[in-house]
Amino acid sequence: MATIASSELKTGSDYRGKAVRLVTQLWPWIFLLVLVFYFSLAGVGFFSVRSFGSILTNTTLIMLMALGQTYVIITAGIDLSIGWTVGLASVLAAILMRDLSGSIGVYQAIIIAIAGGLAVSLIPGLINGLLITKARIPPFIATIGMFGVVRGVALLLTDGQNVIGNIPADVREVLRDVGNGSLLYRIPGEGFTWFSQPADLEAAGLRVLERLMPYPVLIVAIIVVIFAFILARTRFGRYTYAVGDNIEAARRAGINVDRHLIYVYMLAALCAGMAGVLHVFRFTAGSPGVGGPGLLESVAAVVIGGTSLFGGEGRISGTVVGALIIGVVKSGLVSMGVDSVWQFIIVGAIIIFAVLVNQAQEYVEKQQEKHENE
Amino acid sequence: MSSEQPILELKGVSKYFGGLTALNNVSMQVHPGEVVALLGDNGAGKSTLIKCVSGVYKPDRGNILFNGENVGNYSPSAIRDLGIETIYQDLALAEQLDVGANVFLGKEKIKRLFGILPVTDDDYMRREAVKVLERLDIHIPSLTQKLVRLSGGQRQAVAIARAIYWDARLVIMDEPTAALGVPEQRKVLALVRSLRDEGIPVIIISHTMADVMEVADRMLVMLRGRMVADIPREKATVDLLVKYIMGAGEMMDENGISIGGYLAGAE
Repeated sequence: MATIASSELKTGSDYRGKAVRLVTQLWPWIFLLVLVFYFSLAGVGFFSVRSFGSILTNTTLIMLMALGQTYVIITAGIDLSIGWTVGLASVLAAILMRDLSGSIGVYQAIIIAIAGGLAVSLIPGLINGLLITKARIPPFIATIGMFGVVRGVALLLTDGQNVIGNIPADVREVLRDVGNGSLLYRIPGEGFTWFSQPADLEAAGLRVLERLMPYPVLIVAIIVVIFAFILARTRFGRYTYAVGDNIEAARRAGINVDRHLIYVYMLAALCAGMAGVLHVFRFTAGSPGVGGPGLLESVAAVVIGGTSLFGGEGRISGTVVGALIIGVVKSGLVSMGVDSVWQFIIVGAIIIFAVLVNQAQEYVEKQQEKHENE
Repeated sequence: MSSEQPILELKGVSKYFGGLTALNNVSMQVHPGEVVALLGDNGAGKSTLIKCVSGVYKPDRGNILFNGENVGNYSPSAIRDLGIETIYQDLALAEQLDVGANVFLGKEKIKRLFGILPVTDDDYMRREAVKVLERLDIHIPSLTQKLVRLSGGQRQAVAIARAIYWDARLVIMDEPTAALGVPEQRKVLALVRSLRDEGIPVIIISHTMADVMEVADRMLVMLRGRMVADIPREKATVDLLVKYIMGAGEMMDENGISIGGYLAGAE
C-alpha cells in the first residue's frame, strides 16, 4: 500500500497567508474604531450615549436589508429590488392599520398589518427566485426589473403620495411605544426606569433622556442572531454557501439548487418586509420610497463585511460591522456639519475600497497557491 | 481475464447524437478489484461511454449491467445510489467549504442543539472525513481549512474520499491527473491503487501513457466510437497502445490481443 504524506506541501508560507487573512478580516473592525475615534474628536455631540443610541436605531433599516442581501450575495447573486420592497411593505402595513383599526381592535389591526406587510414582501422575492432559477434570467436583470415593478405597485397603493399617514391616534400610540420606546431609560444624575420613560418629564429632562436599549435595536439584534445562526450552523446555511461556491457541485451532490435559490430571494424580500414594517412603527407612517437609498448602503455593508461578490464566502458578523460603519459615517458627517450629500460620495467610495481589499486578498492568495504548487 | 462475475458489463451499447454515431456496439467488462484504463483520442467516445454508465446519457441500444442488473435507464442519482461514483475532471467540489462539508455535501449529518434546533454536526463530519482519508493514506494538516487552501492532489483526494465514503462499488475517474504536477500525479495514482487494494474497481480515463502503464491492469482502447482493443497489462507497451489509439492497430489481431472476441458478442 502506498503511503502518501501530503503534509509537507503546506507549511512554508502559511504564516504570511494567515497574516494576510487576518488583516483582510480585521480591517472593517479597525476602520470602525478609527471612525468612531475620529468623529468623537471632530464631531459635535457625537460621543454620547444618546448619539450612539440613535446611530444604532437609524442603522436598523440597512441592517435588516443587508441581512438578506448577505445570503443573496453568498449565492453569487444580488437583489436590487429590496429597496422598494421595504416601501411596499411599509405602505401596505400603514394602509391596513389606517383602514382596519376602526372596525376591529387596535392590536388586531396592528397584527394583521404586520402579517400583511411581511406577506406582501414575499411576493417579489418569490418572483425574483422563479425568474432567476426557472427563466434563467441573471439576478442583476431580474431584480432590477422587479425594482421597477415593486416601485410602481407601491406608488399605485399610495396614489403617488409620498406618505401614508392618517393612522388613528390610538394605533399611533401603540406604534410609538414600540418604535420609539426602550427597554431601559436613564436620566443622567437621576436614575433608571424600565419599559417606559419617566412620567411628567419636563422638556429639559427629555433633552438628556437616554434610551439605553431601544426596542428597534433589540428586535433587529435578535433577528441578526437568528440569521447568523441559520447561516453558520444549519443545513440551509451550508447550502447557501455551496450554491454560491460551485452551483454544479451542489447540483451533482443532490441539492435542490433552484428551490434553495428561491428561498434565498424570498428571505431577502422578507428582510426588506421586516424593515418596512419596522419603519411604520418608528415613524407611524408608511412611505413607498423609504428603502430606496438603503439599497446601496445595504450592499455596501455586505461588501465591507468581506462577503465575496463571486459567492461562496461571507459572514453575518462582517455585515453587522459593515452596517455599523455606514451608520457611523452618516451620523459622524452630520455631527461635523458636513453637507449630507457627501454621504453618497463617501459611502460609494467605501464600497469600491472594500471590493479592492477583497480582490487584493484573493490576488495574494492566488500567488501563494501558485508558489506552493510549484 | 478473470473468470469471476463482472461487476460492470456493457453489451453492444450504441449511442447516437443525430446522425453521429458516438458509440458503436461497444462491449466491455470490469471485474472486482481491477483497474481498467480507457484510452482513445479526442472524440473516440470515452466520455460518452462514461456518461452512459453514470446515467447522464441513456444508451440507444444495448445493455449496461451492474451486478447483473440492467441499469441503462437509471437516472444519475439512482446510479449513485447503486454505488457507481464518477469523479469528473472538474472534481465538483465546494472550494470554500472544508473537507467534512464536502464529503457530506447534500447528505449533511444533522444533530439537535439543546435537543431542538437542527444544526450541522461539523465535528462528526470532520471525524468521518479523517477516517475515510486515512483509509486512503491521505493526511490533510488542518481539516477546518477550506479546500481552496489545499493542493490539487489533496483536492483530488477529497473528491475520491467523497466517492468512497458512501460505499462506492465502482469508481470512474475522468482524467484524474491532467491538471496536476508530477508529485501530485504520483499521489493520485497511489490513491487508485489503494482503491483497488480495497477491492473497489476503478475505470480511469487518461491521455497519459505513463500513468496508464503504471496503474492499470487492463487497457481498453476506443477509436471512433468502437472498442478496438482489450490489452492485459503484461502484453501492453506504449508503442502498441499508441498504434491502437491512432487507428493503425486494427490489422494487428494476430498479435494475440483479445479484440474482436467479445466485440462480436462471442464471449
